[in-house]
Amino acid sequence: METLRYVVSRFLQSLFALLCIITITFFLARLAPGGPFLDEKAVPEHLIEQMKRNYGFDKPLPVQYGLYLGRLVQGDLGPSLGNKGFTVNEVIAEGFPVSFMLGISGLIIALLIGVPVGVVAAAKRNTAVDYSLMAFTMLGICLPTFVIAPLLGEIFGLKLGWFDVALWENSSAWFLGAVTLGLYYSAYIARLTRGSMLDVLSQDFIRTARAKGVAPVKVLFKHAFRGGITPVVAYLGPALAGLIGGSFVVETVFGLPGLGQHFIKAATNRDYWLINGTVTVFAVLILVMNFLVDVLQGWLDPRTRSNK
Amino acid sequence: MGILSVHLTLKNERLNHPNPRSDSRKFRMSSLSPDSPLTMHGQDAHATAHPAAPEKGSSLGRDAWYRLQKNYLAMASLWFFVAVVIVCFFLPLAPGIPDPNVTHPDLQSMPAFSAATSMEGTEVYYLLGSDHLGRDIFSRMLYGGRVSLAVGFLATIVSLTIGVVYGAVSGFVGGRTDAAMMRIVDILYALPFMIIVIILTTYFGNKLWLLFVCIGAVEWLTMSRIVRGQVRSLKGQEFVDAARSLGLSNWHIIRRHLIPNTVGPVIIYTTLTVPAVMRLEAILSFLGLGVQPPDASWGALIKEGADRMASDPGLLVYPAIIFGATLFSLNFLGDGLRDALDPKSSKD
Repeated sequence: METLRYVVSRFLQSLFALLCIITITFFLARLAPGGPFLDEKAVPEHLIEQMKRNYGFDKPLPVQYGLYLGRLVQGDLGPSLGNKGFTVNEVIAEGFPVSFMLGISGLIIALLIGVPVGVVAAAKRNTAVDYSLMAFTMLGICLPTFVIAPLLGEIFGLKLGWFDVALWENSSAWFLGAVTLGLYYSAYIARLTRGSMLDVLSQDFIRTARAKGVAPVKVLFKHAFRGGITPVVAYLGPALAGLIGGSFVVETVFGLPGLGQHFIKAATNRDYWLINGTVTVFAVLILVMNFLVDVLQGWLDPRTRSNK
Repeated sequence: MGILSVHLTLKNERLNHPNPRSDSRKFRMSSLSPDSPLTMHGQDAHATAHPAAPEKGSSLGRDAWYRLQKNYLAMASLWFFVAVVIVCFFLPLAPGIPDPNVTHPDLQSMPAFSAATSMEGTEVYYLLGSDHLGRDIFSRMLYGGRVSLAVGFLATIVSLTIGVVYGAVSGFVGGRTDAAMMRIVDILYALPFMIIVIILTTYFGNKLWLLFVCIGAVEWLTMSRIVRGQVRSLKGQEFVDAARSLGLSNWHIIRRHLIPNTVGPVIIYTTLTVPAVMRLEAILSFLGLGVQPPDASWGALIKEGADRMASDPGLLVYPAIIFGATLFSLNFLGDGLRDALDPKSSKD
């Protein structure tokens, strides 16, 4: 019962957050100078007026906002002003899987590398193994994605020819992209895991377990791991948000047709519905992730369940 | 919640930081100053304190500096960073440094350490070679460094101001106001940062000062959480009650008694915010949204270099090295400062 209440209250909070995000992006776009119908060529005034009427931009802002929310609830994100003849739903349906695949594979790679590295470093604290692993993670944090990405492309794509370096369809370019993204976050996750594992390993119950003669490996994985992994789980939400931003860079480098380029173009050209639509989709993704993380965290560590 | 302040939880014991107890005099003295946060961790040192003769007091800052000096990696990082800042800001004032935006169409992609005479008859010496337009890479890196570092500092100051004030007020007021203010932070955390910055920079133009404000405006969240946590734990202590019983106003207590006591964690996190902000600026420049050509920042230079990596690797390598090394030093400095200002976090 308590758990259910916790889950429901978290869900309602997420919904409220989503509404806030949609509202902010909507009004931000409208308050910004410029508009979607500005062109290098001078467009006659009456044409602009007509286009504004067509798209409903002549109505007062609050009315437009209400209409937009109404359409949003039905899953209609509106027409794309920049990509003539396409709806925002179509544009996103095309680009989103690419960004999503990149982000999720990046996250998986980050976890697969980061967690074991962190656990090993914590288990071998203050040894050469620990020092060298942590030096590597520092390197991973300091070399930004946009340096690693071209280097990986150059070495594995062009020199060794193992992977394609551009285009999406039937191509392995996304793999290099995912590795680039994953490496950076694996460094973060490794440091996080190490820190929290050290915290847990210094607690009394671990000492008790050791005193009882439990094998070191078992202490590490049976007793310490569950507590040590909690901060990593909590980090998954922000990590995903970061991965999406990072995927914009990787998409640019490897020429992958994700949402990144669409989004930047949309923001530059004031493609109102495409901006709002993209932000909404990303926000939903991040909120869902945060929601899952909260629930998972409550399961891993009952203390976090209470709403302090 | 504290989990999100990832930077702070990343410990770095492998640095040969000084053992805070190796110098008992320093430590004891610090624990005697009544409102230093260290008193919380220093009870055992307290017990052994038998000052025979009146000793000169040692401030918290002095103790921290002393501990930091023993951490060679952090000190090396500090001097490296100071050197980078001085070189980037003052070397361009020297007479021999060429203008970073002057092009020499006939002197493209010159190798490093090469001297040449351009079509117009001017003598040029390329310390690190020239780019595809014949511009001096070394000079561009200096000027790019100015922009990157300036963004790093100024955006951090913006985020510092918002974060400290917001967190202090929220933690001090407490109750429903605190809950509401922290809920707002939670909601903002859920926003895709990158997207917000992209929206802000494209909407309101590519002005440089706007970049500071935009980045600063999205980077204050963690700071506010850290300060709030600190203030909440300090609020219940006697010196705050004492201040209140003296009739001081809330704002005065926040400003004069609470915020100064949060300085340790704030300094640590600030040191870690600067590289984060510089990274963000570099990513924006890489995406073509930050600094506009012909002006350069390290991010913009790396972008140019990445485009021409195959033909001229130096264009990518030099800025990438200086950028990476600067971030490296700031991160090490931040870790060292944490060990120095908060010895508890580095025990075990």
